[in-house]
Amino acid sequence: MKLTGSQVLIQTLQKEGVDTIFGYPGGSVLDIYDELYRSNLNHILVRHEQAAAHAADGYARTSGKVGVCLVTSGPGATNTVTGIATAYADSIPMVILTGQVPTPFIGSDAFQEADIMGITRPCTKHNFLVRRIGDLSRTISDAFSIASSGRPGPVLVDLPKDIIQDTIDAEGAIYSRKTSEIRRSEPDRDALKEALHMIMAAKKPVILTGGGVILGNASEDLHRFVKKVNVPVASTLMGIGGFPGTDPLWLGMTGMHGTYYANMAISNCDLLITMGTRFSDRITGKISNFASKANLIQIDIDAASINKNVQVDIPIESDCKTALVHLNKLLDENGFTIPEEERQQWIDRIDHWKSESPLSYCDSPSIKPQCVIEKLHELTEGKAIVTTEVGQNQMWAAQYYHFDQPHTFLTPGGLGTMGYGFPAAIGAQTAFPDKTVVDIAGDGSIQMNIQELATAVNYKLPVKIVILNNGYLGMVRQWQEFFYGKRYSHSFIRNTPDFVKLAEAYGALGLRATKSEEIEPTLREGLQSPLPTIMDFHVEQEENVFPMVKPGAPLIETITTRDEL
Amino acid sequence: MAEKDRTITLLVNNRPDVLARIAGTFSGRGFNIENISANITLNPDITKIIIVTTGDHATVTKIKNQLKKIVDVRDVSYLKIKKSVQREMILAKITTTDDTRQQVGAALEEVKGRIISEESDTLIVEVTGKKDEITAALLRLEPLGMVDFTRSGKIAL
Repeated sequence: MKLTGSQVLIQTLQKEGVDTIFGYPGGSVLDIYDELYRSNLNHILVRHEQAAAHAADGYARTSGKVGVCLVTSGPGATNTVTGIATAYADSIPMVILTGQVPTPFIGSDAFQEADIMGITRPCTKHNFLVRRIGDLSRTISDAFSIASSGRPGPVLVDLPKDIIQDTIDAEGAIYSRKTSEIRRSEPDRDALKEALHMIMAAKKPVILTGGGVILGNASEDLHRFVKKVNVPVASTLMGIGGFPGTDPLWLGMTGMHGTYYANMAISNCDLLITMGTRFSDRITGKISNFASKANLIQIDIDAASINKNVQVDIPIESDCKTALVHLNKLLDENGFTIPEEERQQWIDRIDHWKSESPLSYCDSPSIKPQCVIEKLHELTEGKAIVTTEVGQNQMWAAQYYHFDQPHTFLTPGGLGTMGYGFPAAIGAQTAFPDKTVVDIAGDGSIQMNIQELATAVNYKLPVKIVILNNGYLGMVRQWQEFFYGKRYSHSFIRNTPDFVKLAEAYGALGLRATKSEEIEPTLREGLQSPLPTIMDFHVEQEENVFPMVKPGAPLIETITTRDEL
Repeated sequence: MAEKDRTITLLVNNRPDVLARIAGTFSGRGFNIENISANITLNPDITKIIIVTTGDHATVTKIKNQLKKIVDVRDVSYLKIKKSVQREMILAKITTTDDTRQQVGAALEEVKGRIISEESDTLIVEVTGKKDEITAALLRLEPLGMVDFTRSGKIAL
């Protein structure tokens, strides 16, 4: 018996445990779509290939599985690039299957040919061009293995049409991966012991968690560790959800729009233990002043991220979970004692910073965007999966929706991609049909992938979109106000559509709120609706995100009002 | 520490795009390639690539760590000058007259070069040596009628 390339592909995907694909058909992938027609794989037809990549990303971030998308050659493939780069920046495991012109035509500038291998080389963990049908199954299997192992990332597989149409003997055509092929590195025990001694001796320690805690499923181990050593926890944007946002030891997000007390704690600590974070510029502020009074312990799965931007005292190359399991075990085995009195003084000092300058905004009869998110948190009991776009909507969501669970905050942290949140929410809702999934968007960013309303309606995915509609590209406007003499160059977007009518035109529900007393009823109605729903909140137009660290300034210069600029 | 040449040796899977991945890692992260050579090894599936770069020790460590992440890179090592043998080669075309031919001969003896092709008015010579020896040879041959040359990347063991 013979199998076609399409059959080999679909059977290998099923063998890899794939149940859902986000995609869009086209000339080069007609054979694959023909095979999909006969298979029981769940395919979500998006309305733009960028959304297929973001949806696969959202599916991966919530489910922990590898997200898969399938697109055609040329423009289909190039449209996914922003989604791939977003996943690459945030280390999200994804496999992107792209059609390609038949191998004899590669390099001939054929119709719908693009060198997607060359284009995506710098934004994928790896990519493959399949040249023989005999390599197809193994290559697909390798793509999944590479995407999900070590520091995860997107892997692209380019599939020429003639390879997909070719046939092969069914016997042995589907590759079986041996489990022993997946390696896991063990952290250096001596370094872990040394780190533990340092943590126990520290008077003013802080733990800084990043996306690695979530990707490594280390949240529970982290929580256990923190309770034993009594050390406050701050997080990067990507680390939000890795430690309960309602815990007394939680400091919130640090960095450019981090809380005042997290930034003060990091600036004044004598020991900083980082887990799964790569010291991005948005976190460190002026790098020479970052945690300059502290010894540094860095735990990271990626050797290339250690000592990259900041020199550390104890580097530990490990995934966060393995390191924390070892640390917890070492704690149990050895009679470590913490300097309780000094530790308490440190926690008291942080509490003082907290009460001195908590996250806050002024109440107003108009709608404050922060208030919408606080209300959303209250009404969803903190249990929603929240996605964001980039900019003010993203920062307010990070600050005011107090995430308790990992894998519930989906945000394009590294690349900062407008148009991410809505398709990512579609991916998340596909993975968890019964959960409340909310995209917190701006009136600018929602328009970058608004066409996906058709997808949500088509598959009856009740995704909620909260638009913080201020008539501006809000974060651009904020920077123009602060640093460009209030010259609002092209950040005022006056011709936004009527989002209520737009939702209705797609067959979704549209709601609008313009006064603060309308916040709660609007959210209640939207959250209860079985339909995809846009909630259009007309918020105060020139509200700014605070606290803020000016670009290039050290974290210790965190400002909390405009007057301090 | 001042920037000096540093040699990195890579063993990579012999795939068509592996060189592009390596070059892309250097260009994308702002590292410098001074020269590069790629050679077969005893195993036909594996290619050895030798890259000379500049930078301090920390930079070279960063480069090594980034290169190790490339899936088709099997091994990366930093070649210590004192513990390795390193050679480059030039081929130089020299126009000669009856007057200069003897001078060229003397110069070649100094730089340990040899003539590999000889016509009535041109010679092609080969010189092999360490980087500074090659540079010295070029300086020595240039005033004697050297009209063109080609220089290899470094090979090392």
